Parts: sequence; structure tokens; C-alpha cells
Amino acid sequence: MTNLPWLTVVGLVPLVGAAVVALLPTGLTDRARHVALGFSLVTLVLGIAAALQFDSGSKSQFQLTERHQWIPQFGVSYALGVDGIALVMILMALVLTPVCILAAWHDVPEGGSREKNYFALMLALETFMVGVFAATDVFLFYVFFEAMLIPVYFLIGSFGGPRRQYAAVKFLLFSLAGGLVMLVGVIALYHYGPGGADGFLVSKLTGLHLGTTAERLMFVAFFFAFAVKAPMWPVHTWLPDAATEARPATAVLLVGVLDKVGTFGMIRFCLQLFPEASKWATPVVLLLAVISILYGALLAIGQTDLMRLIAYTSVSHFGFIVLGIFALTTTGGAGSTLYMLNHGFSTAALFLIGAMLVARRGSKRIPDFGGWQRVTPGLAGVFLLAGLSGLALPGLSSFVSEFLVLVGTFQRYKLPAIVATVGIVLAALYILLMYKRMMTGPRPELDAPVLDITLREKLVVAPLVAAFLVLGFYPKPALDLLNPAVSKTLQYVGVSDPAPTSAADGSTK
Amino acid sequence: MHSLATLATAEGAAAAATGITAYAWLLVALPLLGAAVLLFGGRATDKWGPLLATGLSWAAFVVGFLVWLAMLGRGHDSRAASLHLFSWVPAGSFKVDAGMLVDQLSVTFVLLVTFVGSLIHVYSLGYMEHDPDKRRFFAYLNLFVASMLLLVLADSYLLLYVGWEGVGLASYLLIGFWNWNPAYATAANKAFVVNRVGDFGLSIAIMIMFVSFGRVDFAGVSQAAGHAHEGVLTAIGLMLLLGACGKSAQFPLQSWLGDAMAGPTPVSALIHAATMVTAGVYLVVRSSFIFDHAPSAQLAVVIVGAVTLLFGAIVGCAKDDIKKALAASTMSQIGYMMLAAGLGPVGYAFAIFHLLTHGFFKAGMFLGAGSVMHGMNDQVDMRRFGGLSGAMKITWATFGLGWLAILGVPPFSGFWSKDKIIEAAFVGEGWRPWVFGGAAMLGAGITAFYMSRLFFMTFHGKRRWSDDVHPHESPLTMTVPMMVLAVGSGLLGLVLSLGGMFTTWLEPVVGAHDENERAVLSVPAITVLTLLLIAAGVAMAWLRYWRDAVPQVQPVGSMLTRAARRDLYQDDVNEGVFMRPGVHLTRALVFADNRGVDGAVGGLAAMVGGTSSRLRRLQNGFARSYALTMLAGVVLIFGALWVIQ
Repeated sequence: MTNLPWLTVVGLVPLVGAAVVALLPTGLTDRARHVALGFSLVTLVLGIAAALQFDSGSKSQFQLTERHQWIPQFGVSYALGVDGIALVMILMALVLTPVCILAAWHDVPEGGSREKNYFALMLALETFMVGVFAATDVFLFYVFFEAMLIPVYFLIGSFGGPRRQYAAVKFLLFSLAGGLVMLVGVIALYHYGPGGADGFLVSKLTGLHLGTTAERLMFVAFFFAFAVKAPMWPVHTWLPDAATEARPATAVLLVGVLDKVGTFGMIRFCLQLFPEASKWATPVVLLLAVISILYGALLAIGQTDLMRLIAYTSVSHFGFIVLGIFALTTTGGAGSTLYMLNHGFSTAALFLIGAMLVARRGSKRIPDFGGWQRVTPGLAGVFLLAGLSGLALPGLSSFVSEFLVLVGTFQRYKLPAIVATVGIVLAALYILLMYKRMMTGPRPELDAPVLDITLREKLVVAPLVAAFLVLGFYPKPALDLLNPAVSKTLQYVGVSDPAPTSAADGSTK
Repeated sequence: MHSLATLATAEGAAAAATGITAYAWLLVALPLLGAAVLLFGGRATDKWGPLLATGLSWAAFVVGFLVWLAMLGRGHDSRAASLHLFSWVPAGSFKVDAGMLVDQLSVTFVLLVTFVGSLIHVYSLGYMEHDPDKRRFFAYLNLFVASMLLLVLADSYLLLYVGWEGVGLASYLLIGFWNWNPAYATAANKAFVVNRVGDFGLSIAIMIMFVSFGRVDFAGVSQAAGHAHEGVLTAIGLMLLLGACGKSAQFPLQSWLGDAMAGPTPVSALIHAATMVTAGVYLVVRSSFIFDHAPSAQLAVVIVGAVTLLFGAIVGCAKDDIKKALAASTMSQIGYMMLAAGLGPVGYAFAIFHLLTHGFFKAGMFLGAGSVMHGMNDQVDMRRFGGLSGAMKITWATFGLGWLAILGVPPFSGFWSKDKIIEAAFVGEGWRPWVFGGAAMLGAGITAFYMSRLFFMTFHGKRRWSDDVHPHESPLTMTVPMMVLAVGSGLLGLVLSLGGMFTTWLEPVVGAHDENERAVLSVPAITVLTLLLIAAGVAMAWLRYWRDAVPQVQPVGSMLTRAARRDLYQDDVNEGVFMRPGVHLTRALVFADNRGVDGAVGGLAAMVGGTSSRLRRLQNGFARSYALTMLAGVVLIFGALWVIQ
């Protein structure tokens, strides 16, 4: 089994699934979502099997590698492989896809080919998500990076809310702008590299001597694309529109997984390929990250649309992730990469449970709720739990990652860390004010009786809640995967952690 | 990296846990299990859930009691034990294991929390009997007990933080337990957010520890603190103090406690009087190795304590809501503890001693207040009480013992602990003993006044009841816990003072204080003066609230009274300085984000794609043409590359 091209298989199964779902004969149309769920679950099992082959003690950067020439004339290879970070991201995507499919069960009530297309697009998106994290060829990464946009564009533009066209185009334009700038960087990088039939391989492009100006320019090209994707202030404005217009399941995959490609790219490409430029850009990036944290939080406090509110909390959380990445410490790096995982689950819970409430109330406006803890106590309970995960309550998973980011940043950059810590107060405000407005107060007068959380919804929520609790008390399995990859990246950058200023041995007095 | 056990042994402080102590994790696990079963079990557990929760709380007490017995069996200096649980956060250079430190200090808390906590579980069986959400209430109580035990048993600041926030969550959930009332929901939010401001301090403190010492566990930090620069320790101390101020409702983060009385009364007794709010004092005493070497931070702790004890006492004089008056009193009493903790080794043991006696008498009085409300249709306005001593004899007697204890009248509990704090505050040189000792002594007089006012207004004088109330004594489930706590209010101080029993017990943790340190006044003089002030306070209250008729409508009052009724304008200050500017900033940013940032970036995007009107026309099938464009671009670039090569 070890010779199996695991990553290709994991990536291909959902694509096959997408084709099967799209081509289901008319008689089986109403089975589209079952088939889609089945394929996504098989993919998850395969992904876990692949992860079991992974050895976190290995010396080489990538494992489960595959390599074939693709366009040798241009140095492009079909090369896949994962480090701990990529593996964790892929696993997160594989868990979230079936959760989202289950959450989207009644998203296309009209059925027919529209329903088939909807679920087929979700499966296609899963393939690209696996590909983008698994690609170890810069050009292949770029192809996946851009290809992801297509299913998302259709998922938002065809299945979204009333302003879906506007949101989809805005999303596309922002991503397109970022992607094209990056493309320039990609091509330039190839020219500075050793060239040849496999000249786009990450391993061939690591540790080049690029020259200060060229390196900085290429860094900026890559970073811009990733900052748009992440999204960071001030290029975040596409996110709230996309998140509120998209179906909640799409929003989860968009914010929870796709946006992580931005922060993933910062680690894999910006830090690893352009270490000197990364150090050069650090002050500006930290500033943008801190602004994102506070700005996203303040904007979240001011929102009246539930989905927009959740989107802005993500802007704040991505600020934390970027902060930890550019702190350039093992602690900050471990925190950021763990945050990427935890944020996926906690945002998924907020979006999906929020959507269950929206479906019952028929409105996304927070003031339209009030007193719903009395109407749907079960949903209110899990919604609060998701919110507490969003505000990084100690004991839940996001606390571990957020605190690691802060402490890792504090090791090198005191002021940014202290200012970012203000974010924990703001996070309490945006979550608890939202909860208060929606859930507390006297029981509202409703026209029809409202069901509390259903069995299907429990199945959607259960894995997410389990993730909060397990990773909060026992994050070690995830950290064991992430630590070596983070250390390796920081080796490429050529930095080591600052030593304690007055350690126990008393040498510094 | 050394394991915790080796380091601790090297220090001679804590050996690895054996026997029953190795099962100390059950202390947290049992109530946590209860919370999980009740919360996730849903309505199926409605019937037996509350009983299960109560049983598990008592089970935790039994485990704690056995752990304590085992500890007594060991020698005076080898009682502490450490318990390694699992590798918790191994991230980069930051490695923290989950472990417990079972020493004299933590076991003291374990006994207090599980004993008082279990009594309050029993009381709640009666008090909450008719509440439709009773199960949820007991789940939260269990969650609280588990978190509080985690807080005091944790062997590192990071794990303490988990318990710290866990009790905050339980507090939030219980303050807002009846959150169909919007004011209660707001009170819950306020408590959580103000505590988060404190958490900001705690977070920064932990960060400084890690950056300075590379460790955040108690053993590692205490070892490194001896060699560290004073500036670093002062910074850590001040940040810890900020955290303590949030949790313990100390000035300037005291504003949430009064509002927290929105929670059901058993909650006020357990969380907002006896245990959780004292966690800040625990934090300071636990961090003695930091504060002992950071005199400026110690001074700050003393100042905070002195200011808060007077602040709370003054506010307590003006409140007519029985629970809010008790809350102000709690603030003030914790101010005493904080002051003592800031005095260093001379005060640590007395801070914890007072915390313990206060835990009994204040919890008892809150339960008494609950009993009064139970008999008076949930009335809380003391101007509508009066003369209840006849109608509720047990409540009157148990409350009376609590009252005598908090006054500090010998031989009741409070005398033994509070008088010692006042004495300790008079120790030192220069202006400090006079200022802090004077404040502590003055506070005792004011305490006597407001507590007597409360006691007389409720149980004595003329009956001022509304027409529809028929006060009656509460059921046994409620009165028995009150009686048990009353015994503690009466005797605990005396018993624990015999031969300096309690201070000797804590000595290995907080260190011995120098017996040669003298107070600026002789001890008998301090005691006599304090008792005179107390007598004066009681007499004044007797004149105004027992002998004279109490008006049923609040009189206008002096300027100071009006200020005290408004909590000395704390909310007005917070609103003016933080909330309103914050609201304006948020509104401005939302506006700017929609118009400004989005507009600017959107404009740029429009330039890329042509004018916005053309964009609209391009919308249909845009992705296809985009894909085509991209394909064309890629082909073009490949072509170019191929040509170049």
C-alpha cells in the first residue's frame, strides 16, 4: 500500500464523485446529495489512511511524494507531497467537506440538475483544495490556486443570496488581481531558478540567491496574492460580501479552507523562498496584521448581519495567524498553523449553526432575533459554544493557538503582541453582544412552532464540537505534525528563537 | 528540559504524588463529568440530573478530604505533591504539561470549594425546585466546581488560566441564568467583558514569564524568579494584579460584581462571595515568589486592596437591595484580603485565613438573604423588610452568626482573621503602616455600620412588608446548609487560630514571616481601637435603622449617599471613557469600511476590469471569459518562455 500515490488518489476520488453526481441518471437525481456525501466520506477515510503513512520524525521536507513530468519544456512537473502543515490543512478540508455537504442537505430544494450541479461543484472544489495544499511545484500550485476560483464562483454566483452576482464578481476580481500579480512573480522566479525540466519544483527554488531587489519584488508579488486571499486589511472587503451572499456551506469552505491557502502560501512560499525579503517586510506585515486584528474585531462588533459579523471575526482571526507567521519563532509558527486548523472548525460551527438559526427565523439580521434561547435551547447552546471557540476561551482549541501566537510574537516583538492582546477583549464583545441580541430577552412571538436542533444538524455540529474540546485539551497530535514543518521553515529563513532573558540558571543578573 | 518532578524535588517542595493524591485529578473530573452528562444528556436527565450533580460534588469533597488526610500523614515540610498528567501544549520552544500541584494552599481551597460548594448544591435543590431549567443550573454549578478546582490545583499559569476562564464562563452563564430579563443578560456580558480586561493582564504576565524564564509552571517560575531583574518581576506582578482585579472585583475593575447579583442567590453565595471572586487573592498568594521580590508591585496590591475595602464599604452603606449590599461587602472584604496579600509574608497566611472564614460567613449570609427572598416573594428591597426575626427564626439566627463574624467581634470567626490583617497592616516603617493600617481600621468601623444596617433593616425594627407577602421559614434543604455554615461562622476562626494552627500549616508554601517585625501601635491598642470603632458603627446603625423608623421610600440623601448608591459613579466613568467612544469608533469604522476602504479598493478593481457599468454587463458568464483569458495568458507566457529559451 505504501507505493500507492496517496495524494493523487485522495484528490481524484472527489473529482470522480463530482462527475458521477453531475451525470446521475434522471431517476436517481434525488440521490445526488447521498452520493456526494458518500464520496466525501470515502475521501476522508482515504485521507486518514494517507496520514497514517506520514512519519512526523522524517528528515525530508515532503512525504507521500509523487513526481511526474508535466510540461518539461517549461519546467512544470506534476509533483505532490506534504509536510505537516499541508497534511493538517488537507485533513481539515476532508473533514469539513462532508460536514458541509450534510449541512447543505436542503440547500437546493428545487432538485433536478441544479441540485446535481451544486453538490458536484462542492466535490470538485474538494479536489482543488487537496491539490493546492499538496502541490510541491510552484506552477502546479498556481494552477490549483486559480482553478479553485471557478467552482467557488459558480457556487456563489448561481446558488447564493439576492446579491450573489455582485458578491461573486467582487470575489473573482479580487482573487484575479492577486493571482495575476502572483503569476508575474511565479514566472520571474523560474527565471532566477536553475531552470530545466523540473525547474518549478519548490525544492529547486529554495535557497536561491536572488539579489535583494528581485527577491523583494517577487516577495511582494506572492504576498499580495496571499494577503487578498487570507484576507488582510485593507484588501478584505470582498470577504463579508462573499460570506453573506454565499450559501453557508460555501462560506465555510471559502473562509475555513480556501482562505487558509493565503496563510499557507505565506509560510510555504514567502518565508521559504524569499527569506531575506520576508525579514525585510516583517514590520509592515506585522502592522497590517495588528490592524486586521483590531479592525476586524471592531467591524464585527458593529455588524447587524449575522454572516457579515462572522466574516469580520475571520478578518480578525487571520490577523492573528499572519502575526504568528511573521513573528518568526517556533512558538508563533506552531500557534499560527494550529490556528489555521482550529479556525476552520470554529468558523464552520459559527456559519453553519448561524445558518440553522437563519433558516428558522427567515432573516440574517441580528435585530430580527431576540429571546431565541427560549425557542431553540439546543441550538442556542451549541451556538454559544461555537462563539466561545471564536473568542478563544481557554479550554477550547482556539485558545491554545491564539495564546501561542501571542506568546510567540511577544518573544520578538513586544508592542505588536501587547496591542494584539487587546483583541481578546474585543472578541468577547463581538461574540457576547451577538449572543445577547439573538438569544437572550423574553421569548419572541412566533407565527409557527419552531423545531430545535434536528438529528441531521446534530451530526453536522458534533464533529466540530468534538474538535473544539479534543484539540483544546489535547492538541499534541496536531502539534506533533506541525512542529517539525515550522522548524524547517524557520531554518530556511535562518532564524532561531530568542533565548529566555533571565533563565533559571541565573547567568543573567 | 527538566521534567517538572525533577525540578520540584531539587527545590525540596513537591514530590511526585502517590496513593490517593495520585487520584487528585478526580477532583476536577467528577464535577466535569456531571456537567457533561447534564448538558449533553438533555431533557432525559431532567429528573435525576440535579441529584447526580449534587452527589458528584460531594464525591469531590470526599476525594479532597482523603487527599487532605493523606497530606496530614506526611511531615510538615514534605506535604506538597505534584501530579503529572499529560503533555498538553508542546509547541516550538513553548512546552507546557498539564499537571497538578497538591500542596497546603491548594488543598485548603479544595476543601473550601467542595464543602461550601456541595452545601450550596443541597441548598439549590430546595431553592431552584420549581425552576423549569433546574438541570441546566446544576450543570453550570458542576462546571463551576470543576473549573475552580482546576484553577487552584493547576501547576502552571497556563493551566490555571483554563480554570480561571472556566469559572468566568460559569459565572457568566449563571449571572445570565434568567437572561429573559435583558438587564440580567447585560449584567452577564458586563462580568465577562470586565474579566477579559483582567485576562489581558494575566495573558501578558504569562508572556513575560515565558520570554524571561522560558517556563510558565510554578516550579520553573519560582526558581527563576530568584535571579530575575526586579523590573521584570514588577511588570509580571502588576499584570497579575490586573488579572486579579478583574476576577476579584477590585478597583478599578470592580464594576461588574454588583450587577452580578442578577444571578440566582445560591450562585451569589458560592461564586460571587465564597470562592470565585477570591481567586485573585489566590493568584497573588500563589505568586508570592514574584511579589516577594517586587516591592513596587506589592505596594500596588496594597493600594488596590485599601482603596477597594473603603470603596466597597462606602457603597455598602447606601444600598437598599440586600444582595447588592452584600456584594459591596464582598468587594470590601476581598479588599482586606488583597491588602494582606500585598503585605508579603506577614500577610499571606492571614489573607487566606480571612478568605476561608469569609467563605463561610458570607456564603451563609447570602443563603440567608436567599431564604428571606424565598419567604418574601423574591423581594430584595430592605425597606420592605423589617421585623423578620420572628417569622424566620433559623434564618435570623444563622444570619446573625454571620453578622457577628463579619463585624469582627470576638470570639466569632471574622475577629480572628480580620483583626490579624489590621495588625499586619500596621507593621512597617514610615507613612505606610499609618495609612494602610488606618484604612483597614476605619474600614472595620464602616463594615460594622453597613452590616448592622442590613441586619437591622431586615430582621428588626417595624415590619414594612408589602400586603401580599406571608414570610415563612424555608425548607430543610435550605436551612440545613445555612446552619452548617453558621457553625463555621461561629467557630472556624477560633479553631484554626489555636496554636497558630492555620499559619503554621501554610508556612511551607508562603514562607514564614519575621516575628521581630513590629506594628507601629501595640497589638492590644489596635484591637481595642478596632473594637471601639465597631461598637460605634453598630450603635449608629441601631439608632437609625432599629430604633428609628426606616422610611419605605428611599430618602434623597446626602451627596455622598447618592454617589454611593450609584456605586461612586463607576458605571458613568466607564461609559464615558470606554463605552461611548467605543460605540462611536465602531460606527465610524463600519461607515468607513463600507464607503472608504471598500470604495477605494473597489475603485481600483473597477479600473482593472473597466468601469463599473461595463462590469455589470460582463457579469453573465464572466468566469468563462475569465478562464479563457487566463488560458490565453498562460499560452502567451509559455510561448514567450519557449521563444526565450
